[in-house]
Amino acid sequence: MSSSARSRKLFDRRILAGAAAGALLKLHPRQQIRKPVMFVVWVCAVLTTVAFVQALAGGGSERPGFVGAVAAWLWATVAFANFAEAVAEGRGRAQAEALRRARKDVTAKRLQSPSHGAPFELVAASAMRKSEIVFVQAGDVIPCDGEAIEGVASVDESAVTGESAPVIRESGGDRSAVTGGTRILSDWLIVRVTANPGEAFLDRMIAMVEGARRQKTPNEIALDILLAALTIVFLVAVATLLPFSDYAAFVSGQGAPLTVTVLVALLVCLIPTTIGSLLSAIGIAGMDRMARANVIATSGRAVEAAGDVDVLLLDKTGTITLGNRQATRFVPGEGVTEHELADAAQLASLADETPEGRSIVTLAKEKYGIRERKIHELKARFIPFSAHTRMSGVDLEGREIRKGAADTIEDYLDTRGGRLTPRVRATIDDIARSGGTPLVVAGGKRVYGVVHLQDIVKGGIRERFAELRRMGIKTVMITGDNPLTAAAIAAESGVDDFLAQATPENKLSLIRDYQAKGHLVAMTGDGTNDAPALAQADVAVAMNTGTQAAKEAGNMVDLDSNPTKLIEVVEIGKRMLITRGSLTTFSLANDVAKYFAVLPAAFAVTYPELGRLNIMHLATPESAILSAVIFNALIIVALIPLALRGVRYRPVGASRLLRHNLLVYGLGGLIAPFLGIKLVDLVLVGLGLV
Amino acid sequence: MRHILPALRLLLLLTLLTGLAYPLAVTGLAKLAFPRQAEGSRIERGGRVLGSDLIGQPFSDPRYFWPRPSATSPAYNAAASSGSNLGPSNAALHTAVAERIATLHASDPDNSLPIPMDLVTASASGLDPHVSPEAAFWQVARVARARGMDETRVRDLVQSQVEPRTLGLFGEPRVNVLRLNLALDELR
Amino acid sequence: MSVNGWLQIAVTLALLLALVKPLGAAMAAVLEGRGWLARWLAPLERGLYRLSGVRADEDMDWKAYTMALLAFNALGLAVVMALQMLQGLLPLNPDGLPGVSPHLAFNTATSFATNTNWQSYGGETTLGYAVQMLGLTVQNFVSAATGIAVLLALVRGFTRARAAGVGNFWVDLVRSTLYVLLPLSLLLALFLASQGVVQTFRGAAEAQVLDPGAAPEAVQHIARGPAASQVAIKQLGTNGGGFFNVNSAHPLENPTPLSNLAELLSILLISAALCYSFGRMVRDRRQGWALLAAMFVILVPLLALACVSESGNLEGKETRFGVAQSSMWATFTTAASNGSVNSMHDSYTPLGGLVPMVLMQLGEVVFGGVGSGLYGMLVFAIVAVFVAGLMVGRTPEYLGKKIEAFEMKMASLAILAPCLTVLVGTAVAVACAPGRAGVLNPGPHGFSEILYAFSSAGNNNGSAFAGLTANTPFYNLTLAVAMLVARYGVIVPVLAIAGSLARKKSVPASSGTLPTHGPLFVALLVGTVLLVGALTFAPALALGPIIEHLQLLGHS
Repeated sequence: MSSSARSRKLFDRRILAGAAAGALLKLHPRQQIRKPVMFVVWVCAVLTTVAFVQALAGGGSERPGFVGAVAAWLWATVAFANFAEAVAEGRGRAQAEALRRARKDVTAKRLQSPSHGAPFELVAASAMRKSEIVFVQAGDVIPCDGEAIEGVASVDESAVTGESAPVIRESGGDRSAVTGGTRILSDWLIVRVTANPGEAFLDRMIAMVEGARRQKTPNEIALDILLAALTIVFLVAVATLLPFSDYAAFVSGQGAPLTVTVLVALLVCLIPTTIGSLLSAIGIAGMDRMARANVIATSGRAVEAAGDVDVLLLDKTGTITLGNRQATRFVPGEGVTEHELADAAQLASLADETPEGRSIVTLAKEKYGIRERKIHELKARFIPFSAHTRMSGVDLEGREIRKGAADTIEDYLDTRGGRLTPRVRATIDDIARSGGTPLVVAGGKRVYGVVHLQDIVKGGIRERFAELRRMGIKTVMITGDNPLTAAAIAAESGVDDFLAQATPENKLSLIRDYQAKGHLVAMTGDGTNDAPALAQADVAVAMNTGTQAAKEAGNMVDLDSNPTKLIEVVEIGKRMLITRGSLTTFSLANDVAKYFAVLPAAFAVTYPELGRLNIMHLATPESAILSAVIFNALIIVALIPLALRGVRYRPVGASRLLRHNLLVYGLGGLIAPFLGIKLVDLVLVGLGLV
Repeated sequence: MRHILPALRLLLLLTLLTGLAYPLAVTGLAKLAFPRQAEGSRIERGGRVLGSDLIGQPFSDPRYFWPRPSATSPAYNAAASSGSNLGPSNAALHTAVAERIATLHASDPDNSLPIPMDLVTASASGLDPHVSPEAAFWQVARVARARGMDETRVRDLVQSQVEPRTLGLFGEPRVNVLRLNLALDELR
Repeated sequence: MSVNGWLQIAVTLALLLALVKPLGAAMAAVLEGRGWLARWLAPLERGLYRLSGVRADEDMDWKAYTMALLAFNALGLAVVMALQMLQGLLPLNPDGLPGVSPHLAFNTATSFATNTNWQSYGGETTLGYAVQMLGLTVQNFVSAATGIAVLLALVRGFTRARAAGVGNFWVDLVRSTLYVLLPLSLLLALFLASQGVVQTFRGAAEAQVLDPGAAPEAVQHIARGPAASQVAIKQLGTNGGGFFNVNSAHPLENPTPLSNLAELLSILLISAALCYSFGRMVRDRRQGWALLAAMFVILVPLLALACVSESGNLEGKETRFGVAQSSMWATFTTAASNGSVNSMHDSYTPLGGLVPMVLMQLGEVVFGGVGSGLYGMLVFAIVAVFVAGLMVGRTPEYLGKKIEAFEMKMASLAILAPCLTVLVGTAVAVACAPGRAGVLNPGPHGFSEILYAFSSAGNNNGSAFAGLTANTPFYNLTLAVAMLVARYGVIVPVLAIAGSLARKKSVPASSGTLPTHGPLFVALLVGTVLLVGALTFAPALALGPIIEHLQLLGHS
């Protein structure tokens, strides 16, 4: 999925050409029977074609030209519906092709035993089975999905993620998952295969974007039932019109029962062809939108569920706050100047490559003009952070500088005969209460002061949460911080609730609590210890950088590994549902005008008085019926872009959204066909066709 | 079918309750509280039942006020109520109305008042005991002439027989034809 | 229509609204066995359970509930049929009426068991007092109680979470009868008797006619009977089957404007008040008011149309009622699935006759039958909420329950059953000789008669364009089938929905949830009901009342 794939235009000429061909191929009845509404249209088209042949042979009372025109437009209706589906599929297929190019047939180095240097044999990647071991090294394409069990390597995953910067994959921990089709740039890995051929991540992705294994989602099934019910109603309403019209002709003494052509034309106009023809396109387009957001859903059901989510569990780090804490302030202790503290802190951090360390150096430089010094010039010995000492620092020319958490530094001072001064203690407490992290800087028995490390809440996140609240979605921040810090950040970011000192266990039980109250919960996760929570959540987005276990447990994978993506996922889900609902409403509202067009025309001979209902003043009975049929076919084409793009979702309350969509698609659907049918009629008359 | 027996027994019990006890209770209470109404609001004169306040009777004698046309067979058959059920587009209705208009005109050729609608249309039950006040007044001249009575007296009698809307609001003003004719007979 | 006419209508509607809350609250209480009345009659209730051997504490799942309901209704049907056919052998038959033909007996039994009360029979000329009391009056009670029971089961579907059961049919049936229908009927019956509705076992009265020259016979036979008790429940229980042939147009069934007002209010009373009870039971009164509002929004314009169209048309109307009370009745009786009449709908103007027809074709959900109207409306609410839910981007939910494929399937069935019955029934009738033979009026009006008959039977209403000769084997059988399909084709899916909803967990509302109590939802619900009805029946209506109207316009 290159960036060109993402920015693909709605209609690409190549896709349109393919779709046009596909539309004709799909005319086969076996293709049609899956879509009940369109199948009815297909049958109607066949019936009118037969009637046309009869009319040509001199049978029937109607002009062959009229019957032929109706037949032609019914075929066009079916073709347009097929075209809509084919366009959507074509867009998916184009994406799949891009992916498939990544899956060149490569050779795998199958290891006899899982250790570096063990002998290997060359086999085709497609022959690799689950739990077999392969060896990959710089320049190799990883043959299948798997988990690194030994080694560390940088990998180019752009074929899958579109992201050109290489990523590190290593055994153990949360960065052990490798994806087939990606390329090793440096070093080597020993990988245990986790997917059989055809089941790998890339395969799933291809299948999904192609829509080949698309299963109907629950809402789609429910909607299908409604559409089928409506189709039955109209089928019966139109079929009974035959005896009704016969009786009408009998009592009025003029006219004849309605012809097949007229009945069939009325039926096709009434049944919900608009939504029936666009339904699958909408579904495919929804998956496609997900894919373009670089999220791979394992099923359409997951996409739909995303629209229903009403609780979002968001990791603090990376989602609500910028990746890491940053130094924002130097607060010196007694008898120390700010400049002295900044200088000491910078010295202690020069070799510290963590973002926190970098931020101290930067702050000292920006605020106090302390130039970054070259490490080797100082002849200093740097003490890196270790789990054991829980401090880092520097020794230079007999001078020690250490930085660390308050309790660690207190212990350190003990050993050097110093202690935390009252002012420093007060500062530490202040910073902790405000949600920041105090980092104490000391040297020997001297306390320099405190560096205020702060979580920086992302810009615009507060507005985003307000938006979510209006959508009816509750946000919950998940953090390992203590409750005090968590509360402060929660307040600052505007999140609805938080879970402090989160562990996999209490995360899981939080999800279960919400679900027991009837909520649908979405979360993101990457680590193996997230897997249980991911499996429990209704919508679980695993980071692509995450472990295989996390990816297996989730029902979506975010290739960008961007935790904020969850919000976008919810919007895409909603958009798909809204598009379906709006087009259904539009489709049904259309019928009113069609009755006004067809009924007076159909009974022009039996009951000429019904002509008063011809409020559109359509030229002739034939032109009225033909105009309705043509409008019905053209509206499908007109709505294809909307079906593919989706109805815009606006994060406002349900009532406002409904009012808006009812106005546009309900009222609009009521009025539009009156204008449309009249217009078609005028064109038909203008062209002298009727 | 474990429900059959309970259903049968419950049906039986509810039949006793709602099909027997309830109507008998209503009959008993109605007999106590509203004995005349419960028996059909009969009009009795000297032991003879002359009709019911609520059921119209046929009249064709010009000396009597005529009721509305009745679609029962024969007219005002109180054993088999019925309306005409003729629709507004039915020629039979138009013919019937035209005939009634002709009959009314013939009965009183000099009457220039518009003929009230209810005098030419059949009632729903075929037993309507009432006509509109306008319909009664329309007939005053004919009845007075046939009886050799003063028109004003007859008109006053009709006026005294007009029942207003209930509570001044519900239903329509009306005249009970049987009551009016009985009063007419008693007038001399 | 006169100012007075509009005033009568306004006052009647105001009275109805005023009664909704007190009665609704009382019903919500007694149906759950609370309140002084329920306490007072509790020994009787327990006695009924003990004697009939039903287990009142059993919580039935929807299938058991359905089976109990069907068993009870089937037995009721059988009993009424048997009573009619054996009429000649029964006591309480002072006028010596003979046994009824099997097809008529089947039609009438079906008609009363399904709460339709279509009258193929002729009232005073066909059925004796024993059949009227033991058969018809009893079914008037229990068929109405059945409707309330189904509603209660559906309500439990909404209020319960993760529950297997939807209640106990016997308890719902007995409580509805004992605490709601019986006390109200007793009150109404006595009031009607005070107005002149007959209540006697003495057989026909005889009167000397005043003008013997006007009649072939000097004696007028006035049919009588225990009418007040039957009329009360036929109005309250949305049954509508008259004691006399012309139903509440008969002066002994509906003698005065006051009796008319009482009967008129009774038609809508329980159905309207149940909306309030519903709100109470789902613990959100606004939900009940919203449904009631939707019903009013559909009722009022149609009522106005009927009144305006009927203005000046007195054929088939009683003098004491006039246009206002007659048109109001025609509208109320078809809004509710009552079907009693106080004027002859067949003689209405085309548009005046269109109104009752449309109200029935909307599925009898505008007030509708006792219980059945509200559960029908809830089915439409489910469909409305489904489409609307999609439009706001969420799996639709109603009253905290997610509406999914199963609910849609059942809701579709419940809406399809009456629609298809009406259309197919009418089609069969106009296509065959015995069907065409029944028609009285020529032209499109004849078509309207048949369409009306199946609209009525196919929605369990029971009123008629009475010119149609329906007491023939063809109509008795086809209409009986229509009544059965319309009644149980809705009840069974509704109970299935109840069962499915009860099993679901309850979803808490949020600002993303579509509110179902505001004007927006009312508009949506009204739109759904009207659109489904209009789209289904527009062609049929165009060939009946609409073309008749246009033709009359052309003539004048």
